[in-house]
Amino acid sequence: MELRKNSGPLKWVLIILVVIFLAVFLLLPLFYIVITALRDGIGGYIASITDPYAIKAALLTIRATIWAVVVNTIFGIAAAWCLTKFAFKGKKVISTFIDLPVTVSPIIAGLIYVLTFGRQSFLYPILDGWGIQIIFAVPGIVLATIFVTFPFISRELIPVLTAQGTDEEEAAALMGAGTFTIFRKVTLPHIKWALLYGIVLCTARAMGEFGAVSVLSGHLRGKTNTLPLYIELLYQGYDFTGAFAASSILVILAIIVLALRVWLERRGNKEAEIHY
Amino acid sequence: MKKTRKSIIPGFGLSFGVTISILSLVVLIPLCSLVVFTAQLSFSEFWYTITRPRILSAYWVSISTALVAALINAVMGLIMAWVLVRYDFPGKKFIDGIIELPFALPTAVAGISLTHLTTTNGWVGKFFYNVFGIRIAYTRLGITIALIFIGIPFVVRAVQPVLEKIDIQYEEAALILGADRKTTFRKVIFPEILPALISGFTLAFARSIGEYGSVVFIAGNTPYETEIAPLLIMSELQEFDYAAATSIALVMLAIAFIILSVNAILQSVVSRRVSGLA
Repeated sequence: MELRKNSGPLKWVLIILVVIFLAVFLLLPLFYIVITALRDGIGGYIASITDPYAIKAALLTIRATIWAVVVNTIFGIAAAWCLTKFAFKGKKVISTFIDLPVTVSPIIAGLIYVLTFGRQSFLYPILDGWGIQIIFAVPGIVLATIFVTFPFISRELIPVLTAQGTDEEEAAALMGAGTFTIFRKVTLPHIKWALLYGIVLCTARAMGEFGAVSVLSGHLRGKTNTLPLYIELLYQGYDFTGAFAASSILVILAIIVLALRVWLERRGNKEAEIHY
Repeated sequence: MKKTRKSIIPGFGLSFGVTISILSLVVLIPLCSLVVFTAQLSFSEFWYTITRPRILSAYWVSISTALVAALINAVMGLIMAWVLVRYDFPGKKFIDGIIELPFALPTAVAGISLTHLTTTNGWVGKFFYNVFGIRIAYTRLGITIALIFIGIPFVVRAVQPVLEKIDIQYEEAALILGADRKTTFRKVIFPEILPALISGFTLAFARSIGEYGSVVFIAGNTPYETEIAPLLIMSELQEFDYAAATSIALVMLAIAFIILSVNAILQSVVSRRVSGLA
């Protein structure tokens, strides 16, 4: 092992380089948000984050996030189960389409929904007849959020299920277990940490999505403004303290997400070690 | 793998149905509408839109800043992965944990913070302006900084697992056979991690070209100077010019497709072996 632990001047040069790089690019912006948010004192901070519009924006963000997590969890489990437990034609095509949303620019994601549900679309008169408005309204925001986080959960589950194989489920099926029993008793214990990890990632991205939501939101204060859009609005109105105060909420959530990630990964690895 | 034999595991119909229904609603139908709308565009109109000087310059700004940022991330990402895998030092766990911050932090939040730091009145910007006379915010340099921020995790997370798996025996063999550390790195370690490095670079590059939230604040959005392609799509959409917005978007999709295809080709050329890396 001596080779790996070689210490020398190079080791410390590289470590210091990495520490400076990350301190400047990652920690400084975080630190700056906290300092600026608290610039007008605790009272000003509390006033900023309890502003009725801020609370409405936060509630809409939470709503869109819950939708995204629920839809993507159902989809993720179904897609992972379908793609790993069965052999059929067209698997590659399906997984390409599942991964597509993350390779597309968020603005283009917004654009394709505008083209689908906007005034020039053939769907518009039908939906309008039912009184459903999608773009520049809450459903559009929810759809955009689902789209940008689409593969997050399935992508965590598929490798785990592929590695696990199908023997255990086949045994359970031969012994007469039904679909949901097999899933609950055999599959779920294997994937639970990966599933939680996927949900954490999906939550983080859903809360913070800006570009796609920005295209589809009508930017109505209190109605279709999510937290990131509200931050933009405050920033462009030169209310920097307010913008950074609202940002600090998302910073805290980001830190919680990172801590959860580390914890989940450790739990997952520990269980994997027990299995082997 | 069994190809034709029917699986005895139940639930195929259900899971396939759910998968296809949600996939259709969220991805396929919107994508079809893009195709349908594109088919209605006239080619001359499309060509006129995408060759307008302002739009060509926006493509150039997007591609050049994304390329520089991805190259810097490739170098720093390789160093970070090396430091995290090969060295022990206090605070290593912490560094490993915060690398994914750009994934977890909303892009708009990162954007306003980086902008404020780098304006000529900001903590970092003031220093660079007074000492070197360099402006960071509202220039292409600023865009590059924002893109470096969002691209940090890609290369590290691609290279790290590969570096961890490299068998120490090959290095020992190289050293025993008389190679120095530099040669060992160049001839033994580097070829092993090259495919991962390229794919991390590609992902960071592709992501950076389409990035909007973190860039739009720091860019200043001056036409011909710091206007990025996604912003132009946004402004065409705000003027309800869907044809122009779609034309610009199609070129960006084509660029992303080319980048990902080049990566796929490079992967097969460089590695020539089956690896689990995408």
